[in-house]
Amino acid sequence: MSRLSTLLAAPGATVVTAELPTVDGGGLRLVHEMLDRLEPYVDAVNATDNAAAHAHASNVAIAIAIADYGLEPVLQISCRDKNRLALEADIVGAALHGVENVCCMTGDDVTAGDEPEARRVFDVDGPQAIRVAAAIAGGRYLSGRPITPAPALFLGAVENAAAPPLDYRVARAQTKADAGARFLQLQICYHPDRLEAFTAGAARSGLPRKAALLPTICLVRGARALRFMHEKVAGIDVPADTISRIESAPDQREAAYRLALEQAQHALTLPGVRGIHLTDFRHDDSVGRLVSDLGLVPSRSRSSTTTTKETHGHGSAVAV
Amino acid sequence: MGPVEKVVAAAEHLVKKPVWGCRMCGQCVLHSTGMTCPMTCPKTLRNGPCGGVREDGGCEVVPDMQCVWLKGYRRSVDLPLPRVWKAEFQHLRPPVDNTLRGTSSWINVATGRDRRTPVGWSDGSDGGH
Repeated sequence: MSRLSTLLAAPGATVVTAELPTVDGGGLRLVHEMLDRLEPYVDAVNATDNAAAHAHASNVAIAIAIADYGLEPVLQISCRDKNRLALEADIVGAALHGVENVCCMTGDDVTAGDEPEARRVFDVDGPQAIRVAAAIAGGRYLSGRPITPAPALFLGAVENAAAPPLDYRVARAQTKADAGARFLQLQICYHPDRLEAFTAGAARSGLPRKAALLPTICLVRGARALRFMHEKVAGIDVPADTISRIESAPDQREAAYRLALEQAQHALTLPGVRGIHLTDFRHDDSVGRLVSDLGLVPSRSRSSTTTTKETHGHGSAVAV
Repeated sequence: MGPVEKVVAAAEHLVKKPVWGCRMCGQCVLHSTGMTCPMTCPKTLRNGPCGGVREDGGCEVVPDMQCVWLKGYRRSVDLPLPRVWKAEFQHLRPPVDNTLRGTSSWINVATGRDRRTPVGWSDGSDGGH
């Protein structure tokens, strides 16, 4: 059974997930070095799927490496590069190696990456991908062909609380929860008021009873990274005064850290928020510092047994 | 496609192309998407706007174009459409059946062909939970 699902089912537990930096060369040794840095502080690690439309070591290969290392992997599935057959194969293939958490997303467009001339696929969209994964968890491929025993899966998705149409984002998250998503990693949001409005709307609609909200917190080095996100990453808007606040600080690095800490503290006060999802672009000791400043004790330290290998159960779909 | 189907498909395209930019997916869902064709979304998304919608409502892929789903959402709220159509905006639409591409959705509606989904899709309604 997915350790992430167990954690999210436990009331009161604050969950920390993090994105593994993208991997190209360097072998498993490099992956292990990256995981060594995250391991003391996080409950689960996302294996990204050609993040920002750039080719990297595959999501499935990385998710298996995370599982073999003994950390809890979250397999990201993007709809941009693969058709439904390939997505199903990835989910079932990763499950074979004990990868149970699957986070489905539409994915940014090929034009966001360094090979914009590539064919975009989007054979299914994000919400459909969740439903396809749910079918697999229920023991069937999309065609209906049985998978015996059904792989144990715990499904999630993403949502951007800060992108237009703002008044539709809760309904969209609800569609994903209805399709089978049990956790939602929310896109980084530099508008606290929008995150507040989203979580309030979600709470009103009963969304947190179905899906745990995990807002993303982005650890960056300074104003340049914020400006880059604002200008280059569609769907992320960083207010000018936020950028100038960091830019004019005597110590930009420290100011950028304080901003992330503030965001995380704020997010954790909001209804339905069960933890945070970290993206670290600083590659220093900030993840540990943040977790400590937030007063969080990672579950791996909480639990008395820190067994790294578990027998991955099969035969039934994971229910929460 | 027989000759009759071809004629109907051509007629449908003649009407729908200039008005909605119809791509002849063969499984029209216009009524449920605020009379805005989701196949004109550069990602051909059938279930709402992606997370890349720009601050000004522009499309992630084509910044000068308003997000197709933003338009569809506003229209589904603002246009005097039947209530059942508006309610359907929120329904999860199945993946496109690529075998229907180029055929007439009018005929596919009449025959019920456009409502046929893979067994695993209909089965997955409980989300596997």
